[in-house]
Amino acid sequence: MLKKIALIGGVYSNHLALQATVDDAKKRGVDAIYCLGDLGAFGPNPDKIFPILIDNKIPVVQGNYDNSIGNGLDDCQCGYTDPRDNYFAKLSYDYTFKKTNAVFKLWMKFLPKEIRFELGNYKVLLCHGSPRRMNEFLWETTTPTHFLGKLCADYKADVICATHTGIHWNRKLTGEKYFVNVGVIGRPENDGNTFVGYTILEIENDSVKSEYIPVNYDHELLAKEMKEEKLPEQFIETILTGWWTTCLEVLPMKERIKGKY
Amino acid sequence: MNKTESVPKGNPEIYLDSLDNLWFQVAGTLCNIKCEHCFISCSPVNHNFEFMKFEQVNGFLEESVKRGVKEYYFTGGEPFMNKDIFRILERTIQLGPATVLTNGMLVTPEKAEMLKGISESSIYSLELRVSIDGYTEEMNDSIRGEGVFKKAMEGVKKLVDNNFLPIITVTKTWEESQDDEVLNGFIDTLKSHGYPRPRLKILPSIKIGQEAVRTKGYDNYEYVTNEMLEDFDENNFICANSRVATAKGVYVCPILIDSPDANLGNTLEEASTGYKLKHQACYTCYLFGAICSNYSSVGRDA
Repeated sequence: MLKKIALIGGVYSNHLALQATVDDAKKRGVDAIYCLGDLGAFGPNPDKIFPILIDNKIPVVQGNYDNSIGNGLDDCQCGYTDPRDNYFAKLSYDYTFKKTNAVFKLWMKFLPKEIRFELGNYKVLLCHGSPRRMNEFLWETTTPTHFLGKLCADYKADVICATHTGIHWNRKLTGEKYFVNVGVIGRPENDGNTFVGYTILEIENDSVKSEYIPVNYDHELLAKEMKEEKLPEQFIETILTGWWTTCLEVLPMKERIKGKY
Repeated sequence: MNKTESVPKGNPEIYLDSLDNLWFQVAGTLCNIKCEHCFISCSPVNHNFEFMKFEQVNGFLEESVKRGVKEYYFTGGEPFMNKDIFRILERTIQLGPATVLTNGMLVTPEKAEMLKGISESSIYSLELRVSIDGYTEEMNDSIRGEGVFKKAMEGVKKLVDNNFLPIITVTKTWEESQDDEVLNGFIDTLKSHGYPRPRLKILPSIKIGQEAVRTKGYDNYEYVTNEMLEDFDENNFICANSRVATAKGVYVCPILIDSPDANLGNTLEEASTGYKLKHQACYTCYLFGAICSNYSSVGRDA
């Protein structure tokens, strides 16, 4: 029976952070490691992600980026309307699409949209955005508790885990139900810190304990690699400073105001 | 082609997939200004819809919790004309995120401070969407009325001074080729008026009400047909995920409250029926999708 698991959110081609996260989770003695999707975007050399996931037998939920790359769509399905956000999103998408090999693309195409299992006696559902829509944003400040309770009831789950927004949070709902946004390891959380993070879920005294684990990795090396790949300075700035510089329009006010831009 | 031949015989029906967004016509059709492009012709004397009282709103809020509503929106008219608005927002934000659509003109320093207090009382977001339709006094006031630009910009500044990042909501009244010029114009103007990190939302114009008078309205072919919905994500229509509560009952969407057939009942339960897209305004919703919600709620089927 699973009692302690590691949940990794958006990877965004950050292979250095992925390796550091897997190493950290193993050191902490988890029973299993899962990834909640969005493997590409933002970072350099997307193919470097694939062997780490395969070698470590990490089950992966399909993210909107993986769905787009796998199916050869025109964009990442993030739904930006701001011309500046769209400019950077397209640049990143076109780079990732061009640099991802055909086998990896096909593998992404057939990733499951959800993964279910039991942790202790709790029914856990892993998804990318939300159980109902792969690219739905569930931010802490715009997601009511009663809405999450309805999702748990509609999708017959005790614990729903998602990523997609880029900022981790969790909430205990009524009736021993839980929602966890596991965060992302692809880029820092727009708070001026350069570390990234993942979540460990553990059964403790018959309750679900969720812990966000910060991960330091060689972010300067990643920045160097991004520079070599001629990725935009704005992306490199985020890795080096911890502040988001692009794709900001989707942030609700309370999340946005904590950032620099 | 004869224009009348292109009008469709059957209208597609959209069912409420889930009630994610609950709107409140909290100020009815009463507004302190009279914009040239208002799709429900709000004005200081349009009493078609009256203010909603706290008790009315609260009844819908209680019903909304059971239905798992995700976001609450308050519109009018001008919401800050309604004296109950602060009490309403205080209550709402304990349940979930709230967005107020305002012209910003009635935001005094005291009111901005009250809003800040309400915002800080909850984990949930309180968003202010301030409508401004031009980045110059001339461009804005030709649509929204004389002196409006200056007061709206003052309102924006007061909100910014109280830790808000208002979403400046602009109805598109310019040509595609002028997009860059207008967007940059807005960003520069807002920065120079004390808003260093402006957020902008551009809306298409809805060619009904006053806007039909200002423009030529819709062409006869501009309807949604069954054929157009093949391979189309119906969740892009606001009626697939929203309803609007008013002082006269629950309507299908905030755009169509002047159409009697859009009144679907007195409770959210009653208003959960399907709706036929028989109005030309539905065509705008089809073309642009998710036009009424904030960006943070966007999430189309992938």
